[in-house]
Amino acid sequence: MAGIRIQSVTKRFGSTQVLRGVSLDVAAGEFVALVGPSGCGKTTLMRIVAGIEQADGGAIDIGGRDVTRLRPGDRDVAMVFQSYALYPHLTVAENIRVPLALRRLNAWQRLPAIGGLLPGAADANHLMEQDVRRAAEALGLRALLDRRPAQLSGGQRQRVALARAIVRRPKAFLMDEPLSNLDASLRVQTRREIVDIHRQSGAATLYVTHDQSEALTMADRVAVMQGGELLQVATPEAIYADPQDLRVATFIGSPRINTLPAETGADGMVRVAGHPVGLWGARPGPLTLAIRPEDLVPAGTGLPAVAEAVEFLGESLLLHARHEATRTKLVLRLPPEARAELPAPGAAFHLQFDTTRALLFGPEGRRVGVSALSGEAAFV
Amino acid sequence: MSDAALTQALPRPARLALGETATAWLLSAPAIIAYLLMLLLPTLATIALAFTDFELGATGFAWIGLDNFAEMLSDRGFMTSLRNTIIYVGLVTPGSIAGALALALLIEAGTRGRTFFRAVFFLPVVSLTVAMAAAWQYLLHPSIGPLNAMLRVAGLGAPEWLSSSSTVLLSLAAIGIWENLGFNLVLFLAGLTAIPRELYAAAEVDGARHAWQRFRLVTWPMLGPTTLFVLTITMIRAVRVFDTVAVLTQGGPNKASQVLLYTMYEEGFTYFRLGYSAAITLVFLAIVLAMMWLQTKVLDKRVHYG
Amino acid sequence: MAERATPLYRDTPRLLLLALAGLIMLMPYIWMVAASMKPLDEIFRASLTLLPERFHAIENYGKVFARIPVGLYLWNGLVVCGGILFFQLLFAVPAGYALAKLRFPGKEFVFGAVMLGLLVPPHVQALPLYVAFSQMGLLNSYTALIAPFTISVFAIFLFRQFFKSLPDDLIHAARLDGFSEMAIVWRVVLPNAWPAATAFSIFSVVAHWNDLFWPLIVVNGQDYATPALGVMYFRSAEAGDDFGALMAAAVIMTAPLVIAFLLAQRRFVEGIATTGLKG
Ligand SMILES: Nc1ncnc2c1ncn2[C@@H]1O[C@H](COP(=O)(O)OP(=O)(O)O)[C@@H](O)[C@H]1O
Ligand SMILES: [Mg+2]
Repeated sequence: MAGIRIQSVTKRFGSTQVLRGVSLDVAAGEFVALVGPSGCGKTTLMRIVAGIEQADGGAIDIGGRDVTRLRPGDRDVAMVFQSYALYPHLTVAENIRVPLALRRLNAWQRLPAIGGLLPGAADANHLMEQDVRRAAEALGLRALLDRRPAQLSGGQRQRVALARAIVRRPKAFLMDEPLSNLDASLRVQTRREIVDIHRQSGAATLYVTHDQSEALTMADRVAVMQGGELLQVATPEAIYADPQDLRVATFIGSPRINTLPAETGADGMVRVAGHPVGLWGARPGPLTLAIRPEDLVPAGTGLPAVAEAVEFLGESLLLHARHEATRTKLVLRLPPEARAELPAPGAAFHLQFDTTRALLFGPEGRRVGVSALSGEAAFV
Repeated sequence: MSDAALTQALPRPARLALGETATAWLLSAPAIIAYLLMLLLPTLATIALAFTDFELGATGFAWIGLDNFAEMLSDRGFMTSLRNTIIYVGLVTPGSIAGALALALLIEAGTRGRTFFRAVFFLPVVSLTVAMAAAWQYLLHPSIGPLNAMLRVAGLGAPEWLSSSSTVLLSLAAIGIWENLGFNLVLFLAGLTAIPRELYAAAEVDGARHAWQRFRLVTWPMLGPTTLFVLTITMIRAVRVFDTVAVLTQGGPNKASQVLLYTMYEEGFTYFRLGYSAAITLVFLAIVLAMMWLQTKVLDKRVHYG
Repeated sequence: MAERATPLYRDTPRLLLLALAGLIMLMPYIWMVAASMKPLDEIFRASLTLLPERFHAIENYGKVFARIPVGLYLWNGLVVCGGILFFQLLFAVPAGYALAKLRFPGKEFVFGAVMLGLLVPPHVQALPLYVAFSQMGLLNSYTALIAPFTISVFAIFLFRQFFKSLPDDLIHAARLDGFSEMAIVWRVVLPNAWPAATAFSIFSVVAHWNDLFWPLIVVNGQDYATPALGVMYFRSAEAGDDFGALMAAAVIMTAPLVIAFLLAQRRFVEGIATTGLKG
């Protein structure tokens, strides 16, 4: 199970602490997506794992080996950069060949022209040609091998960058937002291919993205990062349905999860602006109640709200509303058939929700335990 | 009245276009007139002169075809100056380019002292060449110059630098390198800054362990267009060498530092043999054009990866 | 490369190497200034001490000011560089604007002429221009010094490139506001051309302040001598082997531009390098 092991890595640039003790394991054959808002330190962590940047503290293991002090070239990792970082003066074939040539040939054998005549060079070159061909084939680049990067489309460049990464069969893949420069339709299509490549390679893959839908669709596990800390590492399902931190709950999911200020009274009942909501808290005090848009439904009784606008999305529709008492904006995701019964904009209505799916967070944003009265409890 | 009516009746875009043409020519007129008078006409006149035996002060002149060019072939002074110019360019170009590249890489390798060193190396570019030539004359003076004083302390000989025919071209080339280095350095620095950092990171991950491997894989190819430009511009600047020769050696000793432009100047403005001088000018022009042609037609294809 | 802050001790070899190269670069300046403050006998002793034993700067610099009209040379340099720059901008800015933003028949032809002009070094026109000026009795005049450089195809090219990058809407808006084309050039386009104009100005002034070739041809005597000629005269005629005074003259004539450079270092480097890159 030796993949990538990141242990308590810290890093500061000048006076800004960019990484505050990050630990994360990626098993061999596992695909972990690292997701978080821009500037939270994802790229920095990635570069530290690759060895391009030095950590201030902590350690990195790759393939069961401590590589903290090794150069990038000695770590047995391959990286796909956001800008692809292809060598513009080399052809596609030559670009894919670079990591092989730098490892398998010595300085004399790499010399142009005469290098190929030296002992051992011919065999090595032949093997490299085969490997380049195999990698190119895996990514459908056969026909493009003699082109330069400037003569390729964005999607093709992206494939070359992937081919360059897989050609030497590393123990670990690092990918830093590899799809962010592609247009939307290509992006969705390439997701699958990256996952397939990963499955075939059996390597540990750490995949950075700021796009949560990429993270949820591609990864075995998702690591949510914010402000240089990992907030939660779990399967996509658990990250979505069972977030342990309010920041995870609000970052994952679109539209954003609804949050309402609430309070546990001395009697243990959780109330929103005085209305009991059918939940019991462990300790009296302020709370945040969070409910996904698809878990809220309009009803005859419950939390009073005012409808504001309707957005039709095709497979569903969104009802925007306001909870007047706390001046909170709310969103409901409803099936499109519900349109006919929706309250008109400006009209008052009531909200209900499935209490087993409601989430409660303490004042510091940590998840707190909840006990519901019954499966289908509603506002009274 | 009818004219006015006609203009009124014209469709608007046509009127606008007419006005635009007139305006454009009006705006360009001063430049065009100056171009004709100061650039085109004199250039054509130089070409014409090259085929005459025109001398200032002589009563008339005759068309003599290619005689001026034939004369050059047997003119020891001209042939020497052509040879010297080629040697000078051959020394200054690689010297100032290699030096500038090495220093640019050194400056770029760290963050400290960037602005300071850039200013130091750039200083000769903005310094009055004639005055700095005088400073060099003192520095290189055989008996009282500080350079030879240092060599004497070190127990080495005391070459005559500018006054011996075996070292004069070398000394001028050294001054030429000193003059051109800063300019090239700044161009290289701009070129280096434009290389995406991620390429170096990619090279490291791909296994380029040594600085030299990264230089071969990333820096040198990415610097290709800059290097080509620096090469051309340095050669052209070097072919134009005049000031240092005019101030320091006047082509001497014994024509050992005679260069193309200085020979052209002497023939034209000292001996007033304008026809012959014009022919030399054309040779100079041909060399400059050949260098530009080399840049655009031959080398350009090999450094742009589009 | 410059990713992480290297500790000073690891950076030291690099800085030492650069310092050594810088010292070699500055050698002529150091000795020039040193000699300009030494009496002649000390210079002739060829000692390697930089500081003078007897401070002789006042005598050396005094000699320069007494023997040659320093002020006149500097003034001539100023007039010539200023005059050249004024006409270059006056001619090139409107032409560059027309080539960049106006549509007119013959535009390709004009631009072709500009590109052709870029290929020809100014030395090529020297002979006929000399003859013409001498026929008109204009040798030894500001006219002879300035006129040949009033047209800069390079400036036209530079401004055209720059104006091309200005949004068309800026000019459309000005037309709608009722500006004439001339007014657009001077009141809308030129204020926006500042970066290019500054860069070109520095480039032009440095080139012409330092030029020797053309002044040497058309000027004869003190009255219209530029700083470059001044140093040359002082060296060949008056000073002979008086290196102290000669170095003082060299310092004086080099100082204006060098001081300007040190004050506006970034602008100079960028001006000369960026114009150089485009040319
Ligand atoms: N070389 C650097 N020097 C100084 N600050 C940096 C450097 N690299 C990144 N940072 C800072 O570190 C923070 C995290 O950056 P990064 O890891 O690139 O974020 P992400 O990839 O998550 O968008 C940002 O605030 C960024 O400005
Ligand atoms: Mg990033």
